[in-house]
Amino acid sequence: MNKTWNNKAWFMVLPVLALVAFSAVIPLMTVVNYSVQDTFGNNVFFWAGTEWFQEILDSDRFWAAMGRNLAFSAIILCIEVSLGIFIALNMPRKGWGVPVCLVLMALPLLIPFNVVGTIWQVFGRIDIGLLGRTLAELGIAYNYVNNPVHAWVTIILMDVWHWTSLVVLLCYAGLVSIPDAYYQAAKIDGASRWAVFRYIQLPKMHRVLLIAILLRFMDSFMIYTEPFVLTGGGPGNTTTFMSIDLVKLAIGEFNLGEAAAMSIVYFLIILLMSWVFYTVMTNYGTEKR
Amino acid sequence: MARINLKDIRHAYVDSPVSDDDYALKRVDHVFEDGGAYALLGPSGCGKTTLLNIISGLLHPSEGEIHFGAANVTDLPTEARNIAQVFQFPVVYDTMTVYDNLAFPLRNRGVPEDVVDRRVREIIAMIGLQDRAGRKAQGLTADEKQKISLGRGLARADVNAILFDEPLTVIDPHMKWALRTQLKELHRRFGHTMVYVTHDQTEALTFADTVVVMYEGEIVQIGTPEELFERPRHTFVGYFIGSPGMNLLSAAMDGGMVRVGGQSFALPGVPQRLSAERIELGIRPEFVRLGREGMPISIAKVEDIGRKKIVHADLEGEAIAVVIDEDAEVPAEPCVAFDPAHLNLYADSWRVETEGRS
Repeated sequence: MNKTWNNKAWFMVLPVLALVAFSAVIPLMTVVNYSVQDTFGNNVFFWAGTEWFQEILDSDRFWAAMGRNLAFSAIILCIEVSLGIFIALNMPRKGWGVPVCLVLMALPLLIPFNVVGTIWQVFGRIDIGLLGRTLAELGIAYNYVNNPVHAWVTIILMDVWHWTSLVVLLCYAGLVSIPDAYYQAAKIDGASRWAVFRYIQLPKMHRVLLIAILLRFMDSFMIYTEPFVLTGGGPGNTTTFMSIDLVKLAIGEFNLGEAAAMSIVYFLIILLMSWVFYTVMTNYGTEKR
Repeated sequence: MARINLKDIRHAYVDSPVSDDDYALKRVDHVFEDGGAYALLGPSGCGKTTLLNIISGLLHPSEGEIHFGAANVTDLPTEARNIAQVFQFPVVYDTMTVYDNLAFPLRNRGVPEDVVDRRVREIIAMIGLQDRAGRKAQGLTADEKQKISLGRGLARADVNAILFDEPLTVIDPHMKWALRTQLKELHRRFGHTMVYVTHDQTEALTFADTVVVMYEGEIVQIGTPEELFERPRHTFVGYFIGSPGMNLLSAAMDGGMVRVGGQSFALPGVPQRLSAERIELGIRPEFVRLGREGMPISIAKVEDIGRKKIVHADLEGEAIAVVIDEDAEVPAEPCVAFDPAHLNLYADSWRVETEGRS
């Protein structure tokens, strides 16, 4: 096939380039700028090289925060993906139940992040919260404010409540696109319920599931607002995720160089992880072609 | 293997059918004999697929019973009926290899692996996909996928019946012929009851010993290909089978004679009176003779279809088609004569059975 090359086309891309430069590249470069310099005020900067990066990578605080992030992402991915698939499989395919389910599913997604945090903060309070009070009445010493395990459970519950719907909706979209003939053929072939899931439904959901996992991974790895509102990173530092730590570092301690270096490392990790996920999942099942 | 007995089957897709028009299947009472090769022929929407799905259990009939041999299977689910069915569009399990696809219906029923292997190899050779055996089904072409679907339908040796729902729609014409021949061969070898749904008369007539013609949710005629051609029981069969279809001329009874326009025909054994609103005379284009004698016609158009020519003409204000040989002359003042042995009389679309001619 002969491709026509027209270099004038590059001019068409210019407006987008300019926009992206102002909205992303230039701000990012300021961060890069901070990460390699040091200042003692008065807008006087000194070249610091890779010092900030070394400091970040050597600090236990950074690795602890990252560990919490990874653990959090892993837990919520496991729960949300399996629960999402399960709910999608059991949602009605036709009739009046469809719009009802879809609207119910979409509701949590429409609530602003800080409101979600506030809802759960109130919900979990042992004096007035529905959950906290109920558990207390049942004799369970639940307190997310001073018990790290309870804080984690609450944050995970909150995230599952907030985001499982996304996985459900994506999976549901994949499921309804399967023609009836597949289920009929499976019946003829005597396939078990598991075989239908494994060989018909899962392969058809594969692409949307990839998108769901990517989105949920990136989102959960960047989580900030909800734990910030719910626990503020506590008790202690037990729910201090990287984003919360970053804000503490940059705004709380005004440690711009270190915060900038951390931002870049953080960004690169997300980029790398997303790339790995994407490559693995797009190649899955096609290597034997 | 079993004899399939459909007892007064009716099916409606609406919840509470009132009139006959609400039924996709009006009333079907029919027996598919064990080991027969049947074709269900009819236009789209006539209920062929509905009937097939009722046999396989994908649909539960609104009324009536289905028996396999002596057993009433009306309420048995598809899995328990031991039926194979091939659908119109390819259904393959994308993530499995071609081999695993074919082995799937066998493995699901716990067939020992050495039997599975033997059987799958046999089927794979038959559909000509040996060199694709280890490949994922995902990247195959539509007709390769359909061959897999077909192969999956044939994989089990002990099925009660194999149902084909227009299985060759997506297959290339030359391959269609080869596959159909293989299916026939397979039928001869294993003697499965086979029901083949199609709207293509050539497919139906070449595949089946018995053709069941359906029209608007009813079986209008069951017969051998010859019977359907020579003695269509319903004007629809006359029109649907044959190319071009049977000529139908509106007629009137005149004593023992049948009158078309100004012409009268003597039909032996025709009753003196027919209490019908519409009487038609049917004659196949193949049995109309074009010449200088008979009823004058005016020719509208001559189509050359290769070894034959089709003459479209006007007889007493009615359209009539005549098939003549490619090199036959069309006379200057053309007339047509009918072969009396091949005249059929229809009262309200149904054939009038006359004495002495069955």
